[in-house]
Amino acid sequence: MSELTLTVMRLGFLAVLWLFVIVTVQVIRSDLFGTRVTQRATRRDESRRPPQPRQAPQPAAGRGGGRRRGAPTKLVVTEGSLTGTTVALQGQTITLGRAHDSTIVLDDDYASSRHARIYPDRDGQWIVEDLGSTNGTYLDRTRLTTPTPIPPGAPIRIGKTVIELRK
Amino acid sequence: MSTSHVTGSHTTISSGGLPSRRNTELAMLGFAVLIPVFAYANVGLAINGELPAGMLAYGLGLGLLAGIAHLVVRKFAPYADPLMLPIATLLNGLGLVFIWRLDQSRRLKLLNEGAAAPNQLMWSALGIALFLAVLVFLKDHRVLQRYTYISMVVALILLILPMFFPAVYGAKIWITIGGMSIQPGEFAKIIIAVFFAGYLMVKRDALALASRRFLGLYLPRGRDLGPILMIWALSLLILIFETDLGTSLLFFGLFVVMLYVATERTSWILFGLTLAVVGAVAVASFEPHVQGRVQDWLDPFHVVRETGNPNQPAQALWAFGAGGILGTGLGQGHSDLIQFAVKSDYIFATVGEELGLTGVMAFVLLYGLLIERGIRTALAARDPFGKLLAVGLSSAFAIQVFVVAGGVMALIPLTGMTMPFLAQGGSSVIANWALVAILLKISDTARRPAPAPAPSPDAEMTQVVRS
Repeated sequence: MSELTLTVMRLGFLAVLWLFVIVTVQVIRSDLFGTRVTQRATRRDESRRPPQPRQAPQPAAGRGGGRRRGAPTKLVVTEGSLTGTTVALQGQTITLGRAHDSTIVLDDDYASSRHARIYPDRDGQWIVEDLGSTNGTYLDRTRLTTPTPIPPGAPIRIGKTVIELRK
Repeated sequence: MSTSHVTGSHTTISSGGLPSRRNTELAMLGFAVLIPVFAYANVGLAINGELPAGMLAYGLGLGLLAGIAHLVVRKFAPYADPLMLPIATLLNGLGLVFIWRLDQSRRLKLLNEGAAAPNQLMWSALGIALFLAVLVFLKDHRVLQRYTYISMVVALILLILPMFFPAVYGAKIWITIGGMSIQPGEFAKIIIAVFFAGYLMVKRDALALASRRFLGLYLPRGRDLGPILMIWALSLLILIFETDLGTSLLFFGLFVVMLYVATERTSWILFGLTLAVVGAVAVASFEPHVQGRVQDWLDPFHVVRETGNPNQPAQALWAFGAGGILGTGLGQGHSDLIQFAVKSDYIFATVGEELGLTGVMAFVLLYGLLIERGIRTALAARDPFGKLLAVGLSSAFAIQVFVVAGGVMALIPLTGMTMPFLAQGGSSVIANWALVAILLKISDTARRPAPAPAPSPDAEMTQVVRS
């Protein structure tokens, strides 16, 4: 066998082996974009956020009256292990729980895997709803039984985690 | 990967979750089968100057096994991780090529080392069969939790059994049944991970919380030290009576890692390392077999200087050196000079010589990626038992790769363990396929999208009332 062929095969094999590694890493890349929680630098991240899925109507269009003046723009975790985390409110539903695909993944023994969700109603008012959690969701001091509008600045407590909506 | 989005005017949590990614797996599998076929052709051309006769059969065989495995994964674990199966297939396929390549060596033929590739192919097929059986019959990994203490007993028996069989090449890690040699340690590592996961899940609060703070460390209570001391004593006994560094290191390391993951207390790691060092030094001070290994590690060339004849560690280091950056090319190295055990313990030296540093790094990355997928599975798993089991299995795999690769490269004293999937050895390849199957099953459960929460009629009513 000629020396040249063998050299080409030798380098070619290494290249193919590395190509496999690189393709594998490309497949893994999707892991990094599992949940969409923005850390602290909210303003900057808002522009970088991937666009909402196409079937999602923009808050202004789908919700008559558009975003209300003085409506909260972000959700802030004020107590618990995720303190300081903020999520921009852009008309999407925010799910909270221990399930890894929640928007905010709570690492809390008192949280259920699908604990609660926060979503805007037709008027752009943000609503918190308990999803049948074991230990309950508290708005101020009262345990939620039905979906309830969130007054500005009211703390929502889930286990050791407290979140607030802010402007 | 949007998991929560708005549909219509009502808000819903999508049940779509993660895509199953089975087609990605199929594409990667195709790639993973082609690479070993390429390697096979390359070896044939380099050694005999012609394409090997069995190339088509070999490619079809590997492809068929991989295809069946893929179909079964599609049916029984549709949401499983898409990368573990392709990586395992690639490593196993390349292992077969390397063993076949060493079978061609005239030098080894003169030493009456029989052809090992056909046997290894049979073991690989058996391994994939066990992989399929685990996927089909293990409906849910949480079932294993019921067998926590049974696994402890079985693992102990598997670990102790080799003591009653004669030592082979200085280590008692084999048992012989009807002419077949089995390394029970390979299976014990899976079973003992099940025991640790089940045990630590129940005990982790006691181990993590009931402790005093001292100098910034959490000191566990005396009675909580019991289990770690017991495992330590057991691994020392293995080291003393079976003179097997690898198994001993694997079990103690596995326990410390799982203890740390379960309790999140760094002090366990410090305790573990201290105990390991104390134990290893103590045993090395009086056990000649271990002493020899340590001496080979500290001064790999002392035998060359004293006798003029190189021993295995020296040959392995020369093989790595001869490989350089890009290697000598498949089939063109002289790693067969290592002679005995080159197909099993020292196979990584062949990789180092014929594929060079570039190839070694690719292999290390492949192992690393497989382990990463395991740890990722643990992160995604929703139940604590699954989390601990996934961490345990992947760290057992990781420790094994580290111990073997480090030993061959003289980073740590050499131990008689096999490179998972790559090296010759039936028990190893079968056990590792089963290990990957359990990880796949956990990842299937972890990545399976949760059912959508029941629509609550209250939501509609309050909205109507309020508006």
